[in-house]
Amino acid sequence: MKLLVCIAQTPDTTSKISFNADGTEFNPAGVQFIMNPYDEWYALVRACELREELGGTVVALNVGPASNETTIRKALAIGADEAVRINCDPKGAGFVAKQIAAYAQSENFDIIFFGKETIDHNGSEVGAMVAEHLDLPYVSYASKIDLKGSTATLERDIEGGVEVVEVDLPFVLSAAKGMAEQRIPNMRGIMTARTKPLKEVAAVAFEDASKAVQFTLPPAKAGVKLVQPDQMDELVRLLHEEAKVI
Amino acid sequence: MVLVFAESPRGQFKKSAFEAVTYGKKVADALGTTCVALVLGTVNEAGELGRYGASRVLHIADATFNHFDSQVSSAAIAEVARQNGATVIILSHSSTGKSIAGRLSVRLDAGLVSGANSLPTAKGDALRVKKSVFSGKAIAEYEITSSSKIISLMGNAVKPEVVGSPVSVEMVTVPAINGRIRVKSVKTQEGIVPLPEAEVVVSAGRGMKGPENWGMVEDLATTLGATTACSRPVADAHWRPHHEHVGQTGIAIRPNLYIAIGISGAIQHLAGVNNSKVIVVINKDPEAPFFKAADYGVVGDLFDVVPQLNEAFKKFKAGH
Repeated sequence: MKLLVCIAQTPDTTSKISFNADGTEFNPAGVQFIMNPYDEWYALVRACELREELGGTVVALNVGPASNETTIRKALAIGADEAVRINCDPKGAGFVAKQIAAYAQSENFDIIFFGKETIDHNGSEVGAMVAEHLDLPYVSYASKIDLKGSTATLERDIEGGVEVVEVDLPFVLSAAKGMAEQRIPNMRGIMTARTKPLKEVAAVAFEDASKAVQFTLPPAKAGVKLVQPDQMDELVRLLHEEAKVI
Repeated sequence: MVLVFAESPRGQFKKSAFEAVTYGKKVADALGTTCVALVLGTVNEAGELGRYGASRVLHIADATFNHFDSQVSSAAIAEVARQNGATVIILSHSSTGKSIAGRLSVRLDAGLVSGANSLPTAKGDALRVKKSVFSGKAIAEYEITSSSKIISLMGNAVKPEVVGSPVSVEMVTVPAINGRIRVKSVKTQEGIVPLPEAEVVVSAGRGMKGPENWGMVEDLATTLGATTACSRPVADAHWRPHHEHVGQTGIAIRPNLYIAIGISGAIQHLAGVNNSKVIVVINKDPEAPFFKAADYGVVGDLFDVVPQLNEAFKKFKAGH
């Protein structure tokens, strides 16, 4: 079993988000970066569980600069066997997908894992793009996977319900809540992560046809309007007349 | 022309399909072209999409499409887009649309903006469109420069508008595509508006003290025709099912009205709900961080406040 887990690096959930003066670029100053939570908690952990159950190799892949290595080492500490970093300053989703596809093309992975989306661009694009590049089936929002021989049974989250699907290896999936429980790396994991292989690969050329050109912060909330607990008729009136939502 | 893929899960259009066609019609008007809807699989009355502005409705009725496989759907949409010279393709930003959009973008060499929440503006041959990024903490404007362009539309971003009448449906075919995903079963809850599509959401947290107290939350939701939701600790403690969990790791929602009861408002929770238009927070702790993100707040004991609020809504509904 050869499993690839694609991990992105994103600003920590609690980070204050800011941009450069003309709003064209994200400002990383003072921001704590983490492994994208969906990639870590759901995709990577489940891939490690499958490897523990069935044997094989888990490769963690990141598309990014050398400064992402702390995040990549964490993936190794959680349980990935080896890691690959495609050296570049990642741009749009199309660019990232092209890099992953170019690497995975000749590696014959049985399953390629993604988290359901990243918490910075919230696009949910890369998994589907990689599946198309490689002409593979794609199971998105998977909340459960079981493997029997070369056939996987998955549950995927759909609006208001669950779909159960079956697919033969190889395929691409994106992982949602329910796939696995968060794993905290233990001391042994952290120690062995230092010596696990981390390969650097050169990026291939690709020009994104869609780019973020202008960032703005949402208008500040006017501030909460407090209503006394015994004045619920007043709250209903405000929601109707002022907020116009009922 | 603008091609809109109108989803019909289990043979039925949902609000998201009407939103997509409404949006597609506005985009087409802005670009001085027509809006054409595409429907896949078994569906009745596809011509209804004409009401929302589709000047033509194309239908590939092959039952293969009744079971979703992103590979099969995206190949068909790409083929229809090519045959008809579509310059812009619109999809819903749903579990289906999100699974297709990336594939289409590779297939057609088309720039993609997923989860757009407003109308695009033309800038020469390029289109610019905005979406929410950083889990609601910022807004990004994207520019698409390729000749074909793909936009997936966030739910509740536009209101469906009836602007025309039903049109006759044109049956079309595309070369057969063999899917590799076998759908074994689909379980959905009937009669409940799914959280990502809900316009009103009533959500409760640990302040409820236990699952046995949820009756008042459900009563309030019934009065409002709302969908119920909960915070992560509540789902983790199995007080409520996991599919009700809204927040960063659960479901992200963008209703018109979000009523948060006994939820402190941790940043991970806010990340899933801060695209709501209006937020009402009910909490006994005036220091609860959620009040900073709220439009309206009630500092008080939820066990007193919620039944009173329900009565007030009932009184309002009776009078309107």
